[in-house]
Amino acid sequence: MNSLLGFVLISVLLLIVIVQIARVTELAGIKRGEKETQKLTNKRNANYMMWFLAGFMIFCVVSTLHYKNYFLGYGPHVSASAHGGIIDSMFNTTLVFTGIVFVITHIALFYFAWKYKEEDGVKAEYISHDNKLEIIWTAIPAVVMAILVVFGLSAWNEIMADTEDEFIEIEATGYQFGWHLRYPGADNLLGARDYKMIEGNNPIGQDWTDVKNHDDLHPNEIYLPVGEKVRVRITARDVLHNFYLPHFRVKMDAVPGMPTYFVFTPEITTEEYRELLKEYEEYQVPADPMDPDGPEKWEAFDYELACAELCGKGHFSMKRIVKIVEREEYDAWLAQQQPYYFSSIRNTDSDPFKGQTLASEQVEEAAPAEETENSDVVAMNAAAE
Amino acid sequence: MVISKGIPTYEEKLIEELGYDDHFHDHHDGDKFSSNFINTYIFSMDHKMIAKQFLITGMFWAIIGALMSLVFRLQLGFPEADMAWLKPVLGKWITVNAEGIGALSNQFYYALVTMHGTIIVFFVLTAGLSGTFSNLLIPLQLGARDMASPLLNMLSYWFFFLAGVLMFYSLFLSTGPFSGGWTAYPPLSVLPQASEGSGAGMTFWTLSLVFFVVSVLLGGVNYITTVLNLRTKGMSMWRMPLTIWAFFITAIIGLLSFPVLVSGFFLLMFDRTMNTSFFLNEIFVGGEALQQVGGSPILYQHLFWFLGHPEVYIIILPAMGIVSEVLSVHSKKPIFGYKAMVFSMLAIAFLSFIVWAHHMFMSGVNPFISNFFVIFTLIIAVPSAVKVFNWISTLYKGSIKFNSAMLFGIGFVSMFISGGLTGIFLGNSAIDIQLHDTYFVVAHFHIVMGVAAFFGMFAGIYHWFPKLYGRFMNETLGKLHFWGTMIGAYAVFWPMHYIGMAGVPRRYYRFDTFDSFNQFGALNEFITVAAIIVFFLQVVFVVNFFYSIWKGRRLTEANPYNASTLEWTTPIDAGHGNWPGKLPAVQRWPYDYGKDGREFYPQVEPVGEEESEAH
Repeated sequence: MNSLLGFVLISVLLLIVIVQIARVTELAGIKRGEKETQKLTNKRNANYMMWFLAGFMIFCVVSTLHYKNYFLGYGPHVSASAHGGIIDSMFNTTLVFTGIVFVITHIALFYFAWKYKEEDGVKAEYISHDNKLEIIWTAIPAVVMAILVVFGLSAWNEIMADTEDEFIEIEATGYQFGWHLRYPGADNLLGARDYKMIEGNNPIGQDWTDVKNHDDLHPNEIYLPVGEKVRVRITARDVLHNFYLPHFRVKMDAVPGMPTYFVFTPEITTEEYRELLKEYEEYQVPADPMDPDGPEKWEAFDYELACAELCGKGHFSMKRIVKIVEREEYDAWLAQQQPYYFSSIRNTDSDPFKGQTLASEQVEEAAPAEETENSDVVAMNAAAE
Repeated sequence: MVISKGIPTYEEKLIEELGYDDHFHDHHDGDKFSSNFINTYIFSMDHKMIAKQFLITGMFWAIIGALMSLVFRLQLGFPEADMAWLKPVLGKWITVNAEGIGALSNQFYYALVTMHGTIIVFFVLTAGLSGTFSNLLIPLQLGARDMASPLLNMLSYWFFFLAGVLMFYSLFLSTGPFSGGWTAYPPLSVLPQASEGSGAGMTFWTLSLVFFVVSVLLGGVNYITTVLNLRTKGMSMWRMPLTIWAFFITAIIGLLSFPVLVSGFFLLMFDRTMNTSFFLNEIFVGGEALQQVGGSPILYQHLFWFLGHPEVYIIILPAMGIVSEVLSVHSKKPIFGYKAMVFSMLAIAFLSFIVWAHHMFMSGVNPFISNFFVIFTLIIAVPSAVKVFNWISTLYKGSIKFNSAMLFGIGFVSMFISGGLTGIFLGNSAIDIQLHDTYFVVAHFHIVMGVAAFFGMFAGIYHWFPKLYGRFMNETLGKLHFWGTMIGAYAVFWPMHYIGMAGVPRRYYRFDTFDSFNQFGALNEFITVAAIIVFFLQVVFVVNFFYSIWKGRRLTEANPYNASTLEWTTPIDAGHGNWPGKLPAVQRWPYDYGKDGREFYPQVEPVGEEESEAH
């Protein structure tokens, strides 16, 4: 409270001083005569215009150089996905076009303001319009925009197109406040869901009578093999969320009751990305400032999944780690994962097949793995009867 | 016939000679306008007083909105700092731990962000900007006695006031004000189980904004009618100043888009209170599966942005009009390409209705649909560029008088360029995949419709202050205000581009959950400090404003800037009806500056025979 009062008091005092100075300046101006004062003001402010222009341009260049490592596609900020490169180059193309316009218009604006300040004996010229100029400066932006639209839309339609190739399907369900991840398991098929079945041990409402659910995995991290197409099925349990992978240039809203999807191909493994970051000074500092001997930032680096659509008071905390690995490592990881049904549901009260022997359990001993799917159908028919 | 005191000015003589006699003083209805304190200052029907009411109410809300931004900027810049000193003001929203360190609650952080957006967009930059200057200038620059319906005009203000009271009240609710973002996307805004602020706070928020829309519509109908029907003799549409064109087009956009927002709000209220499911589908929240199925949250986004996008032009067009006028008057040159300026505004207004889904590229709408919206969005850059080139050309070979109004006019053009260009990135859906909902967006819209619109508003206030109060504002303070704000506003918002490029999402209470987003500690501190300084400069402006109302340098001549337009032909202390005798008859367009070696021709002066190029 005291510091608040002190701060207000100092501000008020400062304000009184400024107002007093302004009053005195104004009075001095009246004494000097309106014309003289205006002349002085014009000269001063016209000069400030040029100072501002110079300062602003220097500030733009210096800050761009200083923060160059955060520019899309540059340095440690390269895209880790195949389509991300297109986005980054689109960004940089647009940056070149807009940068040129920005510099030219700003120079013209401030230079004219300085050059054409009111001066004795110089009168303004009566120039009301010039249709030729209007046509030129309508046409040039129109052409530039057309170019950007053509490149932009071809990139957009390529990126957003659904895939017909082979892909790995995973599912992310946003909830307040976290992500629930699901892998389809051995059958490569995600089982059916019904939001009314959501309960304590069934966080996304999987229908356990659907045997496709039985081998579905519920990992805590996203593991993906490098260089293979992934199709993320994105959905939400309560309110809107947004599945956002900044390093992969992936972003898509998670809408309750309406699954969306995003297809992308990771191209750089976590290990490779760490090696890439290693080159940059800002990543050569300890990851934890409290622990100077601990791993450096680049060693501790991981891809992250975040939420990018306001979803309530915990919006800022919806994090999951994403690991991109080689195929063998991915397979090894997959093999370690236990299907959620068998680890948490099987033979509990929630299991519709409680006490029965599932077809998959029988064939695991006898038949080869490929037949699993057919056998499941048999088991399902048996259960239905 | 009553003429103003003292020697009649040149313009007054012209009006007396050539003006149009509407027998104003034969109608004895003037009494009901300003005969006592209540109908002069409170329930006033005089457009000039209503303009002042809008302005001062807008300033009140601007201070509240800005203070809120300072609190959440402190949180973002100094997340570990002790905020216990704010406890006397914010009460339970500051939690003090065992060591006495106070922290802002995340729930209230989101409430502040939401209220900041709502207040600045609707109450300050819609009501405070368009409400003030449309009311002040439409009758004065068109040569009308008042608005077409002074009563509706008064109601327009008081509905705005009522909206303000409801919104203000919601700040003190025990569950806090609404906290789901100024866009109020369902299901978050529908479900009190999902967010405390979606309870009573959201009820007040919707009610307040419904009243606000009533205010905008009453005002808008009035502006349009006045422009179409009450232009004085000789004031053809092509002789209207660009300010009036801007207000006219703004009112049309508002009239067509705000009702759609209200329909969206009503459906939202049905979902909240009657268990309908316009926007809800398959939701499990608060340990329970809701019965509502079949709705779509995306439908709301369409309804919202069908207003929401035109809304940004409702905000920026009046500023554009004001700046066009200010740049022309103070560089003593006609606005360059008058007709091109009008057509570009019409083009922007038309296009503003077919670009709304560019806010929704990543919302799950069919990506094919986005193709159309990308095309139309980037086309808007063309008329916008035309306007910028015309403003710059207006300065070319001018004779520029640097006063605070002119400085803010030039500053507006700079802000509009900087913020407009980043829109080209965001409007391209492919780039928007990465930039959507990041700080890049925050930087973009704050510069192009926040700072730029404020600059337009400041230019207007400094320029027309003598018309409002018969005195000048202090120029020294004005220049300090301009230069400080110009540098400060860039210092606040420019760095956000870099933060956004790095992928940092907006609306994050803190960044340390994510290593990727947690690398800008120093930059966030810098932004917060800059924001505090900029706020202090706005206090300087407010002090200057109120000080000058009573103590400013008096206006001694009716037309202090040697401007052509009609508002400067009224007496300094114009009463109800604006012109004491006849109405001015307009003889020419409003931009005859520097023609044939003369500084200006008033609009009421007939075109001479030897004059070059009549307009």
